[in-house]
Amino acid sequence: MTPTPQFLGRNMFDLYDYSREEIMYILEAAKGMKEINLREYKKIPTLRGKTICTLFIENSTRTRMSFELAANRLSADVVSFQASISALQKGESLQDTVYTLDAMGIDLYCIRHSSPGSPQLVHKHSGKPVINGGDGRHAHPTQALLDIFSIWEKLGDLKGLKITIVGDILNSRVVRSNLIGMQKLGAKVTVCGPKTLMPGNMESVYGCKVEYDLARALKDADVVMGLRMQLERMTEGLFPSLEEYSKHYVLSKDTLKYAKRHALIMHPGPMNRGVEILPEIADSSQSVIVEQVANGVAVRMALMFLILGGKA
Amino acid sequence: MKIYIKNANIYQNGKLKKSEILIDRKKIVKIGTKLNASAEKIIDAQGACVFPGFIDLHVHLRDPGHTYKEDIVTGTKAAAHGGFTAVCCMPNTEPVTDNIASVEYIQLRAKEHGSAKVYVIGAITKGSNGEEISEMATMKNGGIVAVSDDGKCVQNARLMLACMKYASNFDIPLIIHAEDYALAGKGQIHSGKICTQLGFSGLPALAEEVIIARDIMLAESSGARLHIAHISTAKSLELVSQAKHKGLPVTCEVTPHHLVLNEEAVLGFDTNTKMKPPLRSEKDRLACVEALKSGLIDCIATDHAPHADFEKEKEFDHAPFGIIGLETAFPVLYKQLVLSGQLSLERLVEAFSSAPAKVLGLPGGSLDEGKAADLTIIDLNKETLFSPENILSKSKNTPWLNHSLPGRVMWTICNGNISYQDFQNE
Repeated sequence: MTPTPQFLGRNMFDLYDYSREEIMYILEAAKGMKEINLREYKKIPTLRGKTICTLFIENSTRTRMSFELAANRLSADVVSFQASISALQKGESLQDTVYTLDAMGIDLYCIRHSSPGSPQLVHKHSGKPVINGGDGRHAHPTQALLDIFSIWEKLGDLKGLKITIVGDILNSRVVRSNLIGMQKLGAKVTVCGPKTLMPGNMESVYGCKVEYDLARALKDADVVMGLRMQLERMTEGLFPSLEEYSKHYVLSKDTLKYAKRHALIMHPGPMNRGVEILPEIADSSQSVIVEQVANGVAVRMALMFLILGGKA
Repeated sequence: MKIYIKNANIYQNGKLKKSEILIDRKKIVKIGTKLNASAEKIIDAQGACVFPGFIDLHVHLRDPGHTYKEDIVTGTKAAAHGGFTAVCCMPNTEPVTDNIASVEYIQLRAKEHGSAKVYVIGAITKGSNGEEISEMATMKNGGIVAVSDDGKCVQNARLMLACMKYASNFDIPLIIHAEDYALAGKGQIHSGKICTQLGFSGLPALAEEVIIARDIMLAESSGARLHIAHISTAKSLELVSQAKHKGLPVTCEVTPHHLVLNEEAVLGFDTNTKMKPPLRSEKDRLACVEALKSGLIDCIATDHAPHADFEKEKEFDHAPFGIIGLETAFPVLYKQLVLSGQLSLERLVEAFSSAPAKVLGLPGGSLDEGKAADLTIIDLNKETLFSPENILSKSKNTPWLNHSLPGRVMWTICNGNISYQDFQNE
């Protein structure tokens, strides 16, 4: 018997603080939430009277909308703080911003920030639980949870699955959180990309496999995830052209022949069609890319519900 | 003032022995037993050790320009509290200490209001901008002990060669902060395991090593006297070892934090673990400890770098680099290296006193009759709690905040005057 996981008042900085059992518990809760999202009236009163703040110091419309929709569907009040139109532009520190917001009675913060460790800082100054919506290249646990949920829903238990993640590993917080979560559930993860976009010590830090050759990386994969290749990396001198990158690392019918026949295709979005993934793959029946977005709302609802102690 | 120190364990020639000291008119007049002297001030040093006053080749006093972080008064008070009787201050003030007037300002303030001797280090280039040679010969006549662009690094090799030639012309040592800007980029912490895990931009060891390699070659070619500040990697030490074997006049220093902390300290995102060079791998740390033991590293320097709370209490990426070090230096190393059996007390004291004196040819560093009365009395069995109230520096940015550490400074005497006295002695 595993003890009932305790979520009340906890932070979600990253998945390393959560056990296998706790991650499974979140997935089960998300399953229930997903069912609510399919109803005609997509709302339950469970977090009525609670106030959730989305604190987005780094812009991201999609993720912020997902968090806000999740909060709305649980009947929480939502306030949104965006750096581009706020006092931070006028030089106010994050510390002072948090003091100000806290005075207004926030119960839970969902933060996106370009600097690793910022969610910890928000928690330190507010004393309130914080859900990390992405901090620099460090972590993005809700994305990892929705990715894991999407796999679990389609393929069941992750134990023994071979998952290959391809692209700009260096700059990806999605990879880092997924490595922790997926491997906790027993999956075998391979990361693949050009050496200039691969951080050092990946094997020793995460216990994952590193491949620089796409065919080898995709061999017998059950799940294949592409990552967004950003144009800026080219000007940073990390690779010569999108065309050359694509030639070696694009997910296409041709390259996916190395993976298992019905391998699941994933992408955290937004996609660069034709660069890291071809439409023939992104829009194929194996692709769960659009469903990942729907699952994102469910997973975030589950977390908010568990952390704020909503009544079922 | 006459001061008579009784019942002391006096550190002389690498050994501790029971002895007494008589100080008169700024000098040590007599060291011996049963002096039976009369004096205005009698210090009973029962249970404590008397060491030569410590000398720190690398501090930032922030005066003029950033006196909300530190000033000459508080910085030298912190020095005295740490057992230091002399500090060398880096020129990255505002304005930069790159001219004789700025040098004289610091000297005057320190002389009138300081609790420790302050030796000024001038800038290598004007404004430390890495573009034109500073008026270092004039500053040398005014008393600077070295030049450095610390915090910055001259990137242009041709200019650095010219600076070295010019400095050697006037017999001025150069102190380098080795950092290749392109390799360092926007790096926050050491490029290693923890950096990969936390997703920071990395400061690769190479950024330090390529400049050390370059500057050793330039120094060999120009005949300059080179001192490498805050060395931090195993490969850097290899380069210095080669240079020393060749007989080149190259020396180096290490900070207390690079001797006792590694990259893992950053895991909790404490911005008091953010400094340049960054905390390196355990392998690098152990190489530094070995090199300090063997003498490959000449001395310890704190790189005391005060920053205000509101500056450090920020997102890790946005917080400034650096930590204070004057007050915790000896206790931290005494606890972590001496009490753990990795380093002898003799070597530690030497690396804080005679060794740094030798690097820049400064007076002091030993206890001898006829020499200036610069000494510190430390009770190795007592601890100091480094709470914000007990830290005399204006800034409290240290990873050892609220730690209690052994090796409590009971008195510090600088130039024959009591520059620090523990409240228990008052």
